[in-house]
Amino acid sequence: MSEHHVELAQDVVKMAVAEGASAAECVVAEGWEFSVIVRMRAVERLKEAGSKGVGLRVLLGQRSASAYTSDWSREGLRELVRRALEAARFTSEDSAAGLPDPEELGCVDQDLGLFSPDVLQLSVDEKIAWARRAEEAALAYDSRIANSEGAEFTSHTGVHAFANSLGFAAGYRTSSVGLSVMPVAREGDSMERDYWYDNKRKLSALESPEEIGKRAAERAVRRLHPRKVKTERVPVVFEARVARSLISHLFEAINGEAVYKQASFLAGRLGQRVASTAVTVVDDATLPGLLGSAPFDDEGVRTRRTVVIEQGVLTSYLLNSYTARKLGLKTTGNANRGLAGNPGVGHGNLFVLPGQHSPDDIIRSVERGLLITELIGFGVNIVTGDYSRGAAGYWIEKGELAYPVSGVTVSGNLKDILMAIEAVGNDLEFRTSVACPTLLVGAMMVAGR
Amino acid sequence: MGFSDSYFARHFGITQQDLERYLGTALSLGGDFADLYFEYLQTTSLTLEESLIKSATQGTSLGVGVRVVAGDRTGYAYTDDLDPKRILEAARVAARIAQAQPATPVADLRIRRGHDLYPVEVPPSTVPLAQKVNLLIRANEAAFQFDPRVFLVQVSYVDSVKEMLVAASDGTLAWDTQPMVRLNVVVLAREAGGPPQRGYAGGGGRMGLEFFETRKTPEEFAREAARQAVVQLEAVEAPAGELTVVLGPGWPGILLHEAVGHGLEADFNRKGVSAFTGRIGQQVASPLVTVIDDGTIPHRRGSINIDDEGTPTSRTVLIENGILRGYLFDKLSARLMNATPTGNGRRESYQHPPIPRMTNTYMLAGDMDPEEIIRSVKWGLYCASFGGGQVDITSGNFVFSATECYLIEDGKLGRPVRGASLIGNGPSILHHVTMVGNDLQLDDGVGVCGKEGQHVPVGVGLPTVRLDRITVGGTVR
Repeated sequence: MSEHHVELAQDVVKMAVAEGASAAECVVAEGWEFSVIVRMRAVERLKEAGSKGVGLRVLLGQRSASAYTSDWSREGLRELVRRALEAARFTSEDSAAGLPDPEELGCVDQDLGLFSPDVLQLSVDEKIAWARRAEEAALAYDSRIANSEGAEFTSHTGVHAFANSLGFAAGYRTSSVGLSVMPVAREGDSMERDYWYDNKRKLSALESPEEIGKRAAERAVRRLHPRKVKTERVPVVFEARVARSLISHLFEAINGEAVYKQASFLAGRLGQRVASTAVTVVDDATLPGLLGSAPFDDEGVRTRRTVVIEQGVLTSYLLNSYTARKLGLKTTGNANRGLAGNPGVGHGNLFVLPGQHSPDDIIRSVERGLLITELIGFGVNIVTGDYSRGAAGYWIEKGELAYPVSGVTVSGNLKDILMAIEAVGNDLEFRTSVACPTLLVGAMMVAGR
Repeated sequence: MGFSDSYFARHFGITQQDLERYLGTALSLGGDFADLYFEYLQTTSLTLEESLIKSATQGTSLGVGVRVVAGDRTGYAYTDDLDPKRILEAARVAARIAQAQPATPVADLRIRRGHDLYPVEVPPSTVPLAQKVNLLIRANEAAFQFDPRVFLVQVSYVDSVKEMLVAASDGTLAWDTQPMVRLNVVVLAREAGGPPQRGYAGGGGRMGLEFFETRKTPEEFAREAARQAVVQLEAVEAPAGELTVVLGPGWPGILLHEAVGHGLEADFNRKGVSAFTGRIGQQVASPLVTVIDDGTIPHRRGSINIDDEGTPTSRTVLIENGILRGYLFDKLSARLMNATPTGNGRRESYQHPPIPRMTNTYMLAGDMDPEEIIRSVKWGLYCASFGGGQVDITSGNFVFSATECYLIEDGKLGRPVRGASLIGNGPSILHHVTMVGNDLQLDDGVGVCGKEGQHVPVGVGLPTVRLDRITVGGTVR
């Protein structure tokens, strides 16, 4: 099914070279999306559509530029090539610009399970039923679940193809499904919401709607009547769902683009201790069935497993061929691009290896502290590592959850936070392409009253 | 101007009969309402880094979205092909939401005129790339000239021209040409051997490239970003806990966007999930506070002549002297809540259904001298610039992250402090406003608001404001 898309990508590359490009690469993407929201037991919104796009990047010597379009007609593609080449006359000679070294090109030689037919076979009514079941489970869980922002079921199938003027051409099909529910709990004048969710490449791997609904409701009810705690420095437990965000910040800091610009607090730290010895972080795009997997990156480079932090020591950045050249290193197969612009850097499945402790054991080990179950805001500076975000969760008193907390901030510096990780949970789960078990951070400033 | 002069009629041969046929198909299974949203978007983007123009991208996208509403249910489909067969297919998919009731008639389409807030003399899409490249080079030079400690300058430029057309079964027929330009500058500075600090500035609006001559030059944005980075080199750790905070004018208006704006979007209130639900007429802020959402300010980033449902935008009073007055409506929520649409039905693109969104949200000026407000604070924090913010509309808790702050000691600005998030609760925070300056400013045109995965350009504005108590997420007591 992706052959047609691969041929189209090859055709566009050929057209660009024929019109004078010294090198070219082309992404062709087509996707079909479905989503349904069920709210208060009735269908609230149903959406279904397909879309497509072609992105072309050309080089004129060491100058590069790009163009994209959704118009796949001959005329549309000729215009695409013309606009990319026109733009390339205005960019600068950049000695690091170019396609990857030919020997890096290739595909992972195994079935990565990126597409599952069970996603295609599902009828609209069945999809609605999945959302309905999840919301029903949430509404039925507790009488204090009085309202809901609904349950959403999404499915997506797509084709991704890539070709370049070095002769690389390949494509693959993808599928994914997602289910989330956001119930609202109310008691007296306290109103709180929470959510639970799952995303997978195949339907049969998705957590059951009943489980998702129940967990969401349980979480929302537990948040009722929160208190704002006093400002103090205490140990902080990041529940797995929010610990993920720390790994997303880590990704930005080891992203080759930030590193070569010295715009990361981890620039120049390769080979040094940057985290506690309890922490090993891996990026792996070759794990079958996971959402971050792909056989080749967005420059046609074979993907792989890269250990980023090994027992606290920074062992690799994540790089595409451009950032690798800038740093005098080799690409790690992490090129990432949409249809427009130069390739950036992305991650495959980025995760922290699980430790020995159960989340409950970790909480029990804390005399006084904060368990964080939700973080909001954007107060993270990757240049300096400064970290300050809004938080909600539970106060821990003598190893037990004492009462819900909200309206506080949690702050520190990512350099110190990574070094202060005292325990890593055994609860690693992949619900997106970034995953992290529960983490205990020795001390952070919690600001409240 | 008749329909035959509209962009989609001229370039794609769309006729009023076509639109009526598509709407008829959309309502063929019944339903209360249907609309079509056509969009043709041309963008150019350029980036400069290490004094090199590293990328130039020209893109086009085209598509049409079809929506059918039945009660409070919405069916939505879109296609990126204007082939009538594909549009009819999308209309049939969207129609399924209505479930085989008798067909609903479509009213005769009548042209609805909006404002003329951003007449386009020279669309950015027609300006030669060389002129755009020059803006980035000018910004780069100015940033490096500002201070020898500047070591990295990143400049990005984006322009777009969006042609949109709305036709709806209630008879609405409206179209608009929406230009936008924007320049961003990020600067890193460091002392020899020291850690780097970051500064950021950017702005633009619904104009052509004349924005950068008549409103704010690339040099001004560059110097502002460089100044912030250099100031941060001196910054000490921020205090933690409840403090008196003075917010400077302009972009700190993001406070309003997060604290009250989202919570007043009608969809959340219709569903009863907002902390502001059922509070119209109540005192939700100090009497000094009047908050407006206004989509009709010429050339502003958050302004639009008509919203994405074809309703002309308006100036809506949200809070008047502390009393909650109104919500922001799209057509769906207005119909279900028996209200009038306020022109706040917006969408990211033809791939998304419209939902209630803010435009330009700001607080009216008071009568205090801003200097006097700072002088009134014995010990506190002055916040001049912010990054982004986020809100949980159900609990009302919101955060916004300060990126340039100074300690206030005995009424005087002291040392700069490092970035910190501020957290408060929407329905209560504005009660703590005790002084409002006479210096209302709108932001430079950088705002992007995200909701349900859709991003739209917005504006904010604020005079200097004293907040007697808000929790500051610093690192030292």
